[in-house]
Amino acid sequence: MNAQKHSQNASQNISQNIVASQLNPADAVYEKVVPAGEYWIHTVKQGQTFRILDLEGNQAADTLFYSANDPTERYSAVDTIREQGNIYLTTGSVLMSTDCNPMLTIVADTCGRHDTLGGACATESNTVRYALEKKCMHACRDSWLLAMAESDIATSKHMSKRDLTSNINFFMNVPVTPHGELTFADGISEAGKYVEMRAEMDVIALVSNCPQLNNPCNAYNPTPVQVFIWD
Amino acid sequence: MTQALLKKELLYQDELPGNCHWSFKMKRGTLLRLIDTEGGANVAALFYNSDNALERYNMADTLKAQHTFYLTKGHVCYSDMGRVLCSIVDDTCGWHDTVCGTSNAKMVIDKYGEARYQEYRNDYHRNGVDSFLIELGKYGLGKKDLVANVNFFSKVAVDEQGAMKFDPSNAKPGAYVDLRFEMDCIVLLHTCPHPLDPLPQYAPKPIRYELFRTEPAAQDDLCRTSCAENQRGFQNTELYNLTC
Repeated sequence: MNAQKHSQNASQNISQNIVASQLNPADAVYEKVVPAGEYWIHTVKQGQTFRILDLEGNQAADTLFYSANDPTERYSAVDTIREQGNIYLTTGSVLMSTDCNPMLTIVADTCGRHDTLGGACATESNTVRYALEKKCMHACRDSWLLAMAESDIATSKHMSKRDLTSNINFFMNVPVTPHGELTFADGISEAGKYVEMRAEMDVIALVSNCPQLNNPCNAYNPTPVQVFIWD
Repeated sequence: MTQALLKKELLYQDELPGNCHWSFKMKRGTLLRLIDTEGGANVAALFYNSDNALERYNMADTLKAQHTFYLTKGHVCYSDMGRVLCSIVDDTCGWHDTVCGTSNAKMVIDKYGEARYQEYRNDYHRNGVDSFLIELGKYGLGKKDLVANVNFFSKVAVDEQGAMKFDPSNAKPGAYVDLRFEMDCIVLLHTCPHPLDPLPQYAPKPIRYELFRTEPAAQDDLCRTSCAENQRGFQNTELYNLTC
């Protein structure tokens, strides 16, 4: 209840930069539906446009990016928010690397706000956040660890748990107040909303479509997302 | 809530000048006091499990578990494994940043001009990323281990729209923060300026630090009881320490 009230207040106040895309899904060079609880790893080339579509609404797509040439250069949440001077991501946000290079630019966003402070769920953090008995529930980090262990991209680049770091939670609503309170509030996304990015370098995109069953953000119902790439 | 004063035995004290980096190990049951002697220091810090540095400070888990955007007394620093690396058992400052990261070489040159070792000797301008990389290297760690850090004594708050602002009024001469270690940790520190420090001159402040032996968190410990999440975080940590 409180969380819902909070998110409504916050979403009225923040400056969401809602911009629709001109791209047609029929023209995409790549498309895939990613079910909840699974990972997707793929290289997006410089100049290509990458879209994540929230098919059924309020789904969190926990996303990391790496330089395809040298994955030790990777998405940096803190460098991204500091350089843009704002903690929320929306159209115009430039996703920065640990070397402070632009990795991708958000060029369209029909949701209006995305989180990069809340991180991903892990079985261990679930025990802290919810209950010690939650330790065997599937979590984003398990999906990422599997991607590190079995995907050709990750194994060929010798990637591992060391490469897992603070991510973007596309479609997730984590409002922060001027007094420094941080809450996971009800989502502000809905079915059909999407976010679209232009790659400024060749990047490896790693998405965990979040399986979280304990968080009101997705109405306790994880659902598929769809990814598209355009040349 | 009243809390019995922690028993502390001073083991060592030292100063870190501004513009320097250092690291050491802290055993479970020891306490690190950081003192902003002059006011306006920034102490960037990272923590790693010294038995397995793959387990490291996790900014996101620290914030979301405690529903906070900043750190102060009563909060703990979580690892990515659901355990408490260290607890903030005392704090006279009130706000420590953990969302702004640290400076790099280009940022320091762009903001303050170039000051190389060749001309400036040990007053050359250090930067946050290089400082951390040097300290990481001493433990066989590197760039992949460099994650979002804490910036002790620095405050960056947001407005209703999410815009971030550095608050210089957070600087208080003599302010200190006490970190009690709940696990054996590698501690990396540097005293380069906060990346959003508005001061146009490169003038990082010195700090003092003190090491104490102390006692483990009691059942009524402030950090343990500050939220239900921390109760569980301490349980996880104690289970881990059972077998270490």
